[in-house]
Amino acid sequence: MQKIMLAHGGGGQEMNDLINGLIFKTFNNEILSQNNDSAILNLSGKLAFSTDSFVVSPIKFAGGDIGKIAVCGTVNDLAMVGAKPKYLSCALIIEEGLDIAELKEILESIKSSADIARVSIVCGDTKVVSKGSCDKIFINTSGVGQIIKEAKVENLKIGAKILLSGDVGRHGAVILASRNELRLQSDLQSDCKPLNSVIEALFKAGIEPFSMRDATRGGLSAVLNEWAKACGYDIKINEENIAVSDEVMGICEMLGFEPYELANEGTFVLAIDPKDEIKALEILREFDSNANTIGEILDSNKGNVIIQNSYGASRFMEPPKGELLPRIC
Amino acid sequence: MDLINSFRDKDKILALSKIIKQRSKKPLNIMEICGGHTHSIMKFGLPQLVGENINFIHGPGCPVCIMPRSRIDEAIAIAGIEGVIFCTLADMMRVPGSKGSLAQLRAGGADIRALYSPLDVISIAQENPDKKVVFFAIGFETTTPMSAVVVEQAINLGLKNLFVHINHVTVPAPVRAIMSDKDVKIDAFLGPSHVSVITGSAIYEELADEFGTPIAVSGFEPLDLMDSILNLVNQHENGTHKVYNEYARVVSNQGNLKAKELINKYLEPCDFEWRGLGVIPMSGMKLRDEFGMLDARKHFNVEVGESKESKACICGEILRGKAKPYDCKVFGKVCNPQNPIGSCMVSGEGACAAYYKYTKRG
Repeated sequence: MQKIMLAHGGGGQEMNDLINGLIFKTFNNEILSQNNDSAILNLSGKLAFSTDSFVVSPIKFAGGDIGKIAVCGTVNDLAMVGAKPKYLSCALIIEEGLDIAELKEILESIKSSADIARVSIVCGDTKVVSKGSCDKIFINTSGVGQIIKEAKVENLKIGAKILLSGDVGRHGAVILASRNELRLQSDLQSDCKPLNSVIEALFKAGIEPFSMRDATRGGLSAVLNEWAKACGYDIKINEENIAVSDEVMGICEMLGFEPYELANEGTFVLAIDPKDEIKALEILREFDSNANTIGEILDSNKGNVIIQNSYGASRFMEPPKGELLPRIC
Repeated sequence: MDLINSFRDKDKILALSKIIKQRSKKPLNIMEICGGHTHSIMKFGLPQLVGENINFIHGPGCPVCIMPRSRIDEAIAIAGIEGVIFCTLADMMRVPGSKGSLAQLRAGGADIRALYSPLDVISIAQENPDKKVVFFAIGFETTTPMSAVVVEQAINLGLKNLFVHINHVTVPAPVRAIMSDKDVKIDAFLGPSHVSVITGSAIYEELADEFGTPIAVSGFEPLDLMDSILNLVNQHENGTHKVYNEYARVVSNQGNLKAKELINKYLEPCDFEWRGLGVIPMSGMKLRDEFGMLDARKHFNVEVGESKESKACICGEILRGKAKPYDCKVFGKVCNPQNPIGSCMVSGEGACAAYYKYTKRG
C-alpha cells in the first residue's frame, strides 16, 4: 500500500504528483486549476471570512470524517453570520506514513461535502511532517462568503425566542464512543452537515434571526452562556424542549457528562423575534423534525443561563470547563 | 424498561413532592454520603421540591474529595520519576497537591494517563515492558473490586513492571466518625448506591441502630431519591430508624459476594488519613503483605515531607457536614472549577463543584 512519505512534502516531483495527480484532480474547478500563487476571486459587497483547524481523532467516525467536518465547520461559521459561503481554502498537514488510499478518501469526502454546501475549494497547501509530529492528518480550512442578512451577537434583545435546530450532543457522543479506550458499540451518527441551506431557506421566507451560532465544541451550553454574557441578560431554557437521543443520553449518564456540553457539528441555535417563531420552526422542522423553541431572553440583567426541568425546578446551566473526564464510579 | 426516563417521570416526581411536603412536619437534616447523590440532588433541583423542612448535607462520599494532600504528593512524586507511566482515574488528575497537580506534571512532559477502566493498565504494562507502570487506585467499595482484578491479572500474567498504589476506603468508618462528633446534627442518611451493590444493604443496619438514624440506600435518579426522601421523612416523623433499600433492583442484602471475596483475597483493612477527618482506624485498604512486590508505595518508597492543606479552604468542614460550600470564603471566587483550591471543587462528584455548577450560591 502506498504511503505518504516526507518526500511528498519536499517540493519536488513527488509533491507535484500528489498535488496535481490527486488533490487538484479531486477538487477540480476553474479557479484552482489556474494554479496561481493566490486564488483570484469575484466577490462584491459585504463579506464574511472565517478559518478553523480540524484535528479530530479518530479521523473517521459514524456519520462523517475529518474531511467532511473541515468543510462543514467553516461553511457553518460563515452561514451563522448570515453569509452565503462561496470559496474555501484547504491546508493539509499530513503525518508521514498515512496511507495514500486513506488520504484519497478524505479528499473525496472534502469534495463531496463542498459540493453539497455549494462552495469551491480554490486554494490550499500541503505539508508533510515526520511520524509522531501530528495525528495522521490535520486540516485547516478558511472560507469567504457574501453576507445576505447580517446576524450578530449584538442584536440579541429582551424577549427574543431561542430556537434549536435539532437534537444535541450527537457528534461529541459519537467521538467518545469511537475512541479506543471506550470501545462502545452504538448506532449513533454524528450530526455533521452543512447548514447553509437551512439558513438560506429562513432568509427566503423573510425571517431575519437576531443571532445564530452553531453549537460546536462546548455544545449548547457554551453558546447560551456566551450569548447571556454578551447581551448581559438572563436566558431561560425549558429542559423538556431540548431533544436528546436515547443513545446520547445513555452515554452521558454512563460517563457523567451533560448532553448540553457535548459538541455538535450540524446543529445551531438561533435567537429570533417572537413574531417569527412559528414560521421559523416550520422551516427548521423541514430540515430536522427535532427542531424546537427552547427558551427566551429574560428582562433580567445577570447574564446567567437558567434551565428549568419538567418538575418546575430551576438550576444554572454552567458553561463547560476543562477537559471532559468521565466520572469515577 | 427505560432505565433513564422511567425514573424521571414528571407526574410521579410531582406527586412525591406533594406527599413529602405534606408529611414533613419536623426539620430533617439528611446527609447524602455519596457525591453522586449530591450531584443528582443539585442537578434535578430537588431542594426546591421537598419543602423547607428538609436540609441536605453533603457527606464524605467522593473518592477525590477525601484524598489527603499527602497521598496526592506521593502520586506526584512517583509520576515524576523517569521511566514511569502513571495511570489514574479521571478527576484525580486535577486535584492540587503541595506542588501542583498531576495534570500540570503531565503538561511538563511526564507520562500520566487518565484511564476509563482500571484494567487498561494491564495492556499498558504489556505494551511497555521497559517502563514501570503505576496504577493509582482510588475509590470506595465500588471501585475496589476492579483494583483486586488488576492485581490478580498482574499476578496471573507474571507482569513485573506493574505496581499499584492503593488508596481505597470504606463507607461505614467515616459515617461513624462524623456521627461521633457532637457538633454534627444529622437525622438521616441517603446510603450510597454503587457502594451498596458491592457491600449489600446489611452493612448499614449496625449504624442505623447505633445512632438511631434511618438510612435509605438510594439510586441516583430523581424518582429514586424522592422515594428515598419520603421514606426518611416518614421514619423521622414516626421515630423509627430502619435501613430502607430503595435500590433493590441492583442492591441485595448481602451484596456481591464474589467481589467481596476477591477484595479479601488481595487487600486488607488499614488505617487511613481522610481529608478533613484525620486518621480513621481501619477505614482504608492496603495490599496484603504477600503481594507487596506489587505495592508502589513499597517499591518507590518516596518521601514527600509534610503536606499542608490550604488555610482558606474549608473542605474538611464540608466533608464533616458542618458547613455548606457557600459558607467557604473562597467558594466561587478564588476557588472555582478552573482553579480549584480544595478537592471538593475538583471532582464532578464533589459538593463544591456540584453547588457551583448548578446554583453558584446554593
